Amino acid sequence: MLTATDFTAVVLTLKLAALSTAILMVLGTWLAWQLAHTRSWWKQPVSALVSMPLVLPPTVLGFYLLLLFGPHGPIGQFTQTLGLGALPFTFSGLVVASVIYSLPFVVQPIQNAFETAGRRPLEVAASLRASPRDAFLTVAIPLARPGLLTAAVLGFAHTVGEFGVVLMIGGDIAGETKVASVAIYDHVESLHYANANVLAASMATFAFIVVLTVGLLNHRLAGRDL
Amino acid sequence: MIGTDARFTMSLGAFQLDAAFCAPPRGVTVLFGPSGCGKTSVLRCLAGLERAPKGWLRVNGAWWQNEEQDHFLPTYRRPIGYVFQEPSLFPHLSVRANLEYGQRRVPESNRRVAFDRAVTLLGVAPLLDRRPVRLSGGERQRVAIARALLTSPKLLLMDEPLSALDTRSKDDILPYLERLHTDLSIPVIYVSHALEEVARLADHLVLMENGQVRAQGPLSELMTRLDLPLAYGDAAAAVIEATVAAHDEKFHLTYLNFPGGRITVPREDLPVNAHVRLRVYARDVSLVLAPQEGSSILNVFAVYISGCTEERPGQVIVQLDAEGTPLLARVTAKSIAQLGLAPGALVFAQVKGMALLN
Repeated sequence: MLTATDFTAVVLTLKLAALSTAILMVLGTWLAWQLAHTRSWWKQPVSALVSMPLVLPPTVLGFYLLLLFGPHGPIGQFTQTLGLGALPFTFSGLVVASVIYSLPFVVQPIQNAFETAGRRPLEVAASLRASPRDAFLTVAIPLARPGLLTAAVLGFAHTVGEFGVVLMIGGDIAGETKVASVAIYDHVESLHYANANVLAASMATFAFIVVLTVGLLNHRLAGRDL
Repeated sequence: MIGTDARFTMSLGAFQLDAAFCAPPRGVTVLFGPSGCGKTSVLRCLAGLERAPKGWLRVNGAWWQNEEQDHFLPTYRRPIGYVFQEPSLFPHLSVRANLEYGQRRVPESNRRVAFDRAVTLLGVAPLLDRRPVRLSGGERQRVAIARALLTSPKLLLMDEPLSALDTRSKDDILPYLERLHTDLSIPVIYVSHALEEVARLADHLVLMENGQVRAQGPLSELMTRLDLPLAYGDAAAAVIEATVAAHDEKFHLTYLNFPGGRITVPREDLPVNAHVRLRVYARDVSLVLAPQEGSSILNVFAVYISGCTEERPGQVIVQLDAEGTPLLARVTAKSIAQLGLAPGALVFAQVKGMALLN
């Protein structure tokens, strides 16, 4: 069974994933909207920047976040003047890092959904007297529903599964930054394979259930429109 | 000034648009021209979906765009209805919710088209609880038209609403468009490149070519002007307006009156005084110097020749004036020479066939 520390790690993981996903859905939807509808020169550079976590080793990302967020880094100095202290090795630091790390997994499905729907539905809404804000809420968002669902699930699952970035920026503080993936690593390192197995198997089961649920939900959503 | 008064100047890549035109406050104005002549861009400018960097737009005296004063009303503030080329219903809403989407956003005091009226006019009552994906192309476009009407627009803009449909769906919708024309007093600006639709629907024509307005005016005048391309080719025809005068039950005929005289057509089930539109192809009109004795042709009108142009070697298009109603005739150059036909001459036009358009 799960030990008390493992249980704490699981709860922390879920808390981290839930909070990161909530922030990601707001930030990611806004960013995806801008990227889908701009013809500006900055579209490609920003797209590339958002996609960086897809190709970078998590340790590279974690390393630079550590430098940026650290007491001598520019962001670290800023958070210190705000009285928030330095972010590394704190739960808040983990949230910020997770948001950056999982951003492409959230932005891309939403951006795809917005781009697939195209400008036409928004033009139709405008011709029916809907202001841009009204059209966004009543047309763009409902039409992007499958993309939003995929984004939320991918963002959540990806945050649950992250390891390298967490280790670099969060360290291994029980109850504060020790998430499930790190706990498994600790068990393996100390040769507690049985404990590692329980935790790893729960995560694998969780991942399977999540992916299956999304598949079924998307199938049903698509079916309802037919 | 009432009606629509517009000028849009913009460049779209290498293409230059510089279109100025007026549309009367009643009836259907068709923007007509070949693909790529800029007519859809003009319609999008009218809707505010596109902003021409130079130009103006005034509708019934209100400025919707005036670039000299940097004034531009965004689409959602313009009292328009817009019907897109492909039926663009919201797939996530039922037909009823699609119809209500625009209506709900118009203040109640400005609603002049009742829900039931639009639903009846476009025949969409049986479809209300369905999802758009379950409708045929023609049904979707009818819903889209009803949805646009329910915003009680002061100007209805239609971008080739039939072009994405198959022939059957087209024939299915055209009568509804004609009813729109007769039942509602909303002015319509309609983009088309199909002469058939123009002949059936247009009252006023704006002829476009390469981003510019080549000519504009009443349909019957522009169809028959010898300096414009519509008067040439196999489809060259005049459109005449007439009213039902009487029926002849014995011979199964209907008589119609138009300024140039009385027209006889096969029996039509129409009430006396009903307004009808007919098309007379230039190829069906022949000219004689005096009314023929013993001819089987019933429709013969006294006309003046008002102009003629050689269409191709040996073939001449003759423009005729039947008491103010223009007609076209295609005859051979040989006939012109033998009969001594010239502008100003009084002749008789024999019409082999006339087709009611509605």
